[in-house]
Amino acid sequence: MTERDDQIQETSITDVFASFEGDVPASGRRSSPARLVRRYLPAVFAFVAVLLVWEGLTRLFGVESFVLSKPSEILNSFSETLGVIWGAGMRTLFEAAGGFVIGTSLAVLTSLAAAHWVGFRQGVLPLAIVLNATPIAALAPIFNNWFGLTNPFSKMAVVAVVVYFPVMINTTRGLLEVDPAELELMRSLAASPSEVTRRIRIPRALPYFFSSLKVASVLSLIAAIISEYFGGPQDVLGQYIVNRAQLFQFPDAWAAILVASILGVVFYLLILAAERWLMPWHVSFRTND
Amino acid sequence: MSAPVVEARGIGKVFGTGDAETEALRGIDLEIAGGDFVSLIGPSGCGKSTLLRLIGDLVSPTSGTLVVNGKEPGQARLDRDYGIVFQSATLLDWRSVQKNVELPLEIMGFPDAERPTRAREMLDLVQLGGFADHHPWQLSGGMQQRVAIARALAFRPALLLMDEPFGALDEMTREAMQQEVLRVWGETGTSVVFVTHSIPEAVFLSTRVVVMSARPGQISDEIVVDLPPKRDLDTREAPRYFELVIEVREALRHGESGSRES
Repeated sequence: MTERDDQIQETSITDVFASFEGDVPASGRRSSPARLVRRYLPAVFAFVAVLLVWEGLTRLFGVESFVLSKPSEILNSFSETLGVIWGAGMRTLFEAAGGFVIGTSLAVLTSLAAAHWVGFRQGVLPLAIVLNATPIAALAPIFNNWFGLTNPFSKMAVVAVVVYFPVMINTTRGLLEVDPAELELMRSLAASPSEVTRRIRIPRALPYFFSSLKVASVLSLIAAIISEYFGGPQDVLGQYIVNRAQLFQFPDAWAAILVASILGVVFYLLILAAERWLMPWHVSFRTND
Repeated sequence: MSAPVVEARGIGKVFGTGDAETEALRGIDLEIAGGDFVSLIGPSGCGKSTLLRLIGDLVSPTSGTLVVNGKEPGQARLDRDYGIVFQSATLLDWRSVQKNVELPLEIMGFPDAERPTRAREMLDLVQLGGFADHHPWQLSGGMQQRVAIARALAFRPALLLMDEPFGALDEMTREAMQQEVLRVWGETGTSVVFVTHSIPEAVFLSTRVVVMSARPGQISDEIVVDLPPKRDLDTREAPRYFELVIEVREALRHGESGSRES
């Protein structure tokens, strides 16, 4: 089976963002400020409401900070330690982005090979699906040993492996799931296999590729932080969170998690922007005029 | 009459093997002269589309000999001797209308400077000159099919193969498209093989209607359409047109009962 859980997970993530963007008339693309406010107001409202309820409940029931810190404490810590946690965030982002680029590049090369050679596909894809079921973060201690605890590449390697599988499996699927009529058209034009890949398969695979990149962007930060938990330099998000938690400085740990989630969202939005830029023709971006 | 563009002798086609074997075509003899407009008509399962795809070398015959434009079908395909239009327009969403028409030209290595000129000429031919920069999804079904025709003719093939190209269109659009195809045919001089299951469509368009019967697919009759070459709304109301429609209908009925007896 090539159906993957990631696909389902991915859909739900995209749907969340689609709900930010959807149901907007064509003219809304060239958004007026009033439209923007109307579009994002519900989301902003929900976000603020969650924070207020969180703050209110933790105050009302006198929840201790080590159980669940109050948003006010977290924001306070965030502004006080911003210099430190932002620097840590950047180093973690470097590992995540490095691993993301390596993993994605290798995945795309594998996919192109799999689309081109049937034998390769039949041999490698089942293996990839089996390997994909392995909890890859568990490799972190081994990679620390291989590449050196302080070498950022040991973290990048974990990220690269985590990113590799969803991107490879989805992209391969996209390259292969082409309308038979389009293949027939290309055959009638006596197009070579490389022409078919360039002019049909790659454009057709782009939506699959970007779906997987959206999953991968989030996974890459998770993988980087988790592999940092297994040791290495202290000035990164994962180690900072572990250290502050051990010192019972939970608002600090939460503030670092906030940085991680901001980076995750920014990374995700960058992919979304690239997707729009590269495939404006896609059905999800179409305007009615 | 000029040299034939299609010559089929004793063509048979069997799909599958063993128990799953289906005989799609048997003993097909067909000759199509240059400049002809030939319709293949018959009940579903009579192999008319298969016959078209054999001519296009999209499938290979099991038996018999087939010559397309004086050569083997495979060679004719490699030489781009034909353009094809399918039932669905099969336009590429990520390309503009003009770029869709340029697709065959790109694959065939036409020079960069020539492609846009050619594509625009073709779009003018199908009267879509103003839509070059649109994207396929912005066009109606009939317009999309006209783009597909422009694409199929962009490299000026000797033969145009059309596989139920208007099957998905409504009646009004369909009649407009038929007029359009006749005009294009008149202007380009291309030979056309046209698969359809519509009797009026076959009669209105063709110089010759090839009637097929099913299980296995065979040619049961051929009817020469002796209507004047210039066809328009009046043609659709001419007595001779109705006679020919009835003649094709009779031939289809006859073919059907014939195959039931066998």
